[in-house]
Amino acid sequence: MPRRQDIRFLLNDRHVTLSGVGAGDMLLDHLRLDQRLRGTKEGCAEGDCGACTVLVGRVGADGLVYEPVNACIRPLASCDGCHVVTVEHLRGHDGALHPVQQAMVDHHASQCGFCTPGFVMALYALWMNNPHPSETDLERALQGNLCRCTGYAPIMRAGLAMGGYGTTDPLLTERAQVAQTLRSWQDGARVDVAKAGSRAILPANADDLASVLAEYPDARIIAGATDVGLWVTKFLRDLPLAVFIGHLDDLRAIDETDDALHLGALVSYTQAHMPLSTHFPHLARYWDRIAGWQVRAMGTLGGNIANGSPIGDTPPPFIALGARLVLRHGDARRDIALEDYFLDYGKQDLRAGEFVETIILPKAMPNTLHAAYKISKRRDEDISAVAAGFALTVEGGTITSARLAFGGMAATPKRASHAEAALTGQPFTMASLQRAADALPQDFTPLSDMRASSEYRMRAAQNLFTRFWLDANGTPATLEDAT
Amino acid sequence: MKDADRIHGAAHESHIHDSAIKHVTGRAEYTDDITEPAGCLHAYIGTAGIAHGHITALDLDAVRAAPGVVAVLTADDIPGRNDISPNGLDDEPVFTSDLVQFFGQPVFAVVAETRDLARRACQLAKIDYAPLPHACDIDAAEGADYPDVTAPLTLERGQVGPALNSAPHRIQGRLRVGGQDHMYLEGQIALAIPGEDDEIALFASTQHPSEAQHMVAHTLGVPANAVVVNVRRMGGGFGGKETQMNLFCVIAALAAKKLGRAVKLRPDRDQDMEITGKRHDFRIDYDLGFDDQGRILAVDGVFAARCGWSSDLSGPVTDRALFHADNAYFYPAVRLQSRPIKTNTVSNTAFRGFGGPQGVIAAERMIEEIAYALGRDPLEIRRANFYRDGADITPYHQTVEDNILSRLVDELEQSSDYQTRRRAVLDWNARGGPIRKGIALTPVKFGISFTATWFNQAGALVHVYNDGSIHLNHGGTEMGQGLYTKVAQVVAEAFQVDISRIKITKTTTEKVPNTSATAASSGTDLNGMAALDACTRIKARLVEFAAAHWNVPRETVQFLPGRVTMGAQTVSFDELIKAAYMARVQLSSTGFYKTPEIHWDRAAGKGQPFYYFAYGAACSEVSVDTLTGETRVDRADVLHDVGRSLNPALDLGQVEGAFVQGMGWLTSEELVWEGAGRLRTHAPSTYKIPLASDRPRIFNVRLADWSENVKPTIKRSKAVGEPPFMLPISVFEAIGMAVASLADYRICPRLDAPATPERVLMAAERLRAST
Repeated sequence: MPRRQDIRFLLNDRHVTLSGVGAGDMLLDHLRLDQRLRGTKEGCAEGDCGACTVLVGRVGADGLVYEPVNACIRPLASCDGCHVVTVEHLRGHDGALHPVQQAMVDHHASQCGFCTPGFVMALYALWMNNPHPSETDLERALQGNLCRCTGYAPIMRAGLAMGGYGTTDPLLTERAQVAQTLRSWQDGARVDVAKAGSRAILPANADDLASVLAEYPDARIIAGATDVGLWVTKFLRDLPLAVFIGHLDDLRAIDETDDALHLGALVSYTQAHMPLSTHFPHLARYWDRIAGWQVRAMGTLGGNIANGSPIGDTPPPFIALGARLVLRHGDARRDIALEDYFLDYGKQDLRAGEFVETIILPKAMPNTLHAAYKISKRRDEDISAVAAGFALTVEGGTITSARLAFGGMAATPKRASHAEAALTGQPFTMASLQRAADALPQDFTPLSDMRASSEYRMRAAQNLFTRFWLDANGTPATLEDAT
Repeated sequence: MKDADRIHGAAHESHIHDSAIKHVTGRAEYTDDITEPAGCLHAYIGTAGIAHGHITALDLDAVRAAPGVVAVLTADDIPGRNDISPNGLDDEPVFTSDLVQFFGQPVFAVVAETRDLARRACQLAKIDYAPLPHACDIDAAEGADYPDVTAPLTLERGQVGPALNSAPHRIQGRLRVGGQDHMYLEGQIALAIPGEDDEIALFASTQHPSEAQHMVAHTLGVPANAVVVNVRRMGGGFGGKETQMNLFCVIAALAAKKLGRAVKLRPDRDQDMEITGKRHDFRIDYDLGFDDQGRILAVDGVFAARCGWSSDLSGPVTDRALFHADNAYFYPAVRLQSRPIKTNTVSNTAFRGFGGPQGVIAAERMIEEIAYALGRDPLEIRRANFYRDGADITPYHQTVEDNILSRLVDELEQSSDYQTRRRAVLDWNARGGPIRKGIALTPVKFGISFTATWFNQAGALVHVYNDGSIHLNHGGTEMGQGLYTKVAQVVAEAFQVDISRIKITKTTTEKVPNTSATAASSGTDLNGMAALDACTRIKARLVEFAAAHWNVPRETVQFLPGRVTMGAQTVSFDELIKAAYMARVQLSSTGFYKTPEIHWDRAAGKGQPFYYFAYGAACSEVSVDTLTGETRVDRADVLHDVGRSLNPALDLGQVEGAFVQGMGWLTSEELVWEGAGRLRTHAPSTYKIPLASDRPRIFNVRLADWSENVKPTIKRSKAVGEPPFMLPISVFEAIGMAVASLADYRICPRLDAPATPERVLMAAERLRAST
């Protein structure tokens, strides 16, 4: 297998080749400090405010696709083979504003202007595929961008109008050339770069990843970097050796069998949205409340599970669905129930050199009622206080199976076994659900922290049983349903 | 007049923000974007890890030895005074060397070759402490007999005790209102560049360049004339850069002078939030008397505020809370007392509204109390208590002379269809179910002027170059509010030239000295008038010149769009300027303004602290999920008074932005300190400001276009920065109504702010349990 000791990417209209790159070097610092492109701003350095939004284009199975990412937590090494587009690239060669920019100006959509380049880039990413978005489309696209001045109203007006400003666009003009360049760089090489005692390896493919991990079992695996990125930017943790896997298309496949969906570990939240909402309609709304667009584009299902967080968004609904994980070490694979992966706080059933390869979601069984709930201080782009997945099989009015999984209620995502037991074999009635809710304190003793108190978590989680009953009976019981 | 004969960017025109194109293209330069001088070093602050106690040992050897470290600064490295108290109370050391008063207090600074190396080196400090008991909130501080950080204020009129005793109805209650982080998208930052002798120049994100100048001067031990502070724009301020940036300016300056190299200091978001002050949270106790018609007879209120470890601006902030504890209502007998209590937390500071919102929300809570007690629509109670003829004296003895609230509220009631929608809300709730609705229409009256009377002054400097182009400078700072644009419109209007002829220049203490903070919503009122004064002076010289040169009476000289006429003669503006230059006419002038009429006797609690009032009203409808406590604002209608707007588009932007920011304060923005006194919500991952999807689903915001300031302010406009921040109290009250429906509106829900899902659910459970 070929090896390469540098990374190369397109930055706007320039080729960039870098050899001295550490695993913790972030794209934003490279842009601002090394390239002196200062239109991209740092607002939080944790992927929450979107002021650093840039587009990253990759050539994959679907051709050249651009997605918005947070440059602050996007490792520079992971940009190998990509096209990085910053706000400086948007203006036409004749100096004319891009349609998105002109719409923002005309609608008075900037005040202090610091968040503005990030909003422009997020809107631009939307404009490319959806120049005439609805308000809902816009809100979803802007979940990862904070503005403290405008109250968003003029930005929304600009977004609604941006489709009426023509189609002049640099990336449209350059598209074929860029795709050709990026394709020409796909050399099937393992990339191995380092700087100041921090080494980054980008395996050539999944098999190469298995070999790299077998050789370096202590290496830190980094997929979307939406969590590990913060270890660097917030906690200044060193990364002596990191293996970047976000580019591995062979771990990004979504396969459907007769009875299950097989999702590669690197399937992003964005990529998962369509297949999940098709097979599990109850996940559509839940999915829209995971992070912001940038993080949904960067973050992966495998990463969300593998890091073992007690407040990850995907484990509760996935456990309720009966998800299984395929873990791989070298050429050996094992298959475990998702709930068994989480052993304790910060402790998972993952051996040295092993990695999450596939998530298997069994298709919904007949007669099964599903629900997924998330409760957070702010509706969107917030970490849940409580997340829950419900799956109740009801046959002839009797609950024959109950899978209830909660996040934010314990040190790990966990099933509510007492509550499940209170339901199984019982008639499907509010009284049964109430008994299950009453059993919940036997399952959980939640923590109090800045997101919510223990009392609130328990009470809100118990009330979800009422919500489930109302949902199942078609009573409008959510804010979205009430008009 | 036809369009061709109008200038672009005249006063009252919705001209775009002067930097709008630079904003969207990423070319607007913020302090961190300025090209650093060669050899620029980077500083970072090392902070204390306890809330209260003494430092017993400070070992910085490992910090000094860390890679890239050039110097470490402590209190010993300050050649002048180790104090940056903005009010001269000498209670705010730059670095502490002994007593730690809050978790995160600066102890030292590292200067290194890169910011990353400086940050890493900071972590290597070894600090030993002898901890003392700490008190981080109002109750704990009161229990521990903590002092006030500054003298409290009492406002009193009439005999409140007897009036309460004889009132047909009396209610005592308590309202807690949370603080708020500014969460400006651009964090604090300062770049200091040393000059020759004692000179130093700073570029900083500051609302108050003159104060930064003075703080740098006295910490360096040099006169103010040695220090220049510059700011072209900020990425948001909201009050958070009025005094809080002094620390960063001073440390960067100390390092730059000590090392003879440029030094930049930019804390990360977490340190920014851990070190800098926020909106004061309040605990408000009220004792309220009223009659059967819901008319207020007496109010006795105590406003305790978490001020933090030093006085900073807590005195004027708590004063302003009292000044607004009447909001729009006449209190026949009243006593209002502030309690600016010290705590072991960041020193709370200015934030849009400056205590006013905490006063207004107390007034509105009292209205709610009356409405629930009497079973009436709160809007009726409001109207019954509005200031009116014969009942127009405020608790601080100023007469309300310009009241337009009745008209505003009537119009909004109609345009928002309040009555019909309120009935629909009541019907919805009557059907039961977990989703409840609420609606509320609340007014705002906000006093305009700094209550520190001497701050109500401003200067400007206008040059007309001999090609007819104009250079504009004034003491106000641009933080996104559009001040630079509005003042440029005033100048364009004065000279009758297109706004594009006016170069808007950065605020600098070199051009206009002794400026006041751009704060208290006063920026345009003060600086617009100062700039107009400068223009008027230049124009007077031009008129005198033209009259003599063309031999016409002065009164025939007229400035028309792009030209000047002298009777039958017409010359272009540029030709006039060229001719005036050749005739040796001075084409540059300073301008000055001080607000007339105002005075304030704090000891007596009497005076006319405000030049005028700005008014507004909002009607908000919400849905509340009573199973989880989550809320959604379904619709908000706003009618707001900005007098005769200098720029309706920019003013509308201020109103919309303030509304959503105020919604955040009252709903999702929650500051949480853990037991040991450490702030746990110190970044957007844990501190949740509103998103686009949180804005009202339907959001109708209008300016009261018929309004005109009765006072001769700049073009009869009114201040707009702060007043609309209080409009979303209507959201808070509507949430309360939705919750109150669970007990058939018989009980005032007494929600505390912010109304997070947790507070709302717990209130809902409380009311459910009461039935």
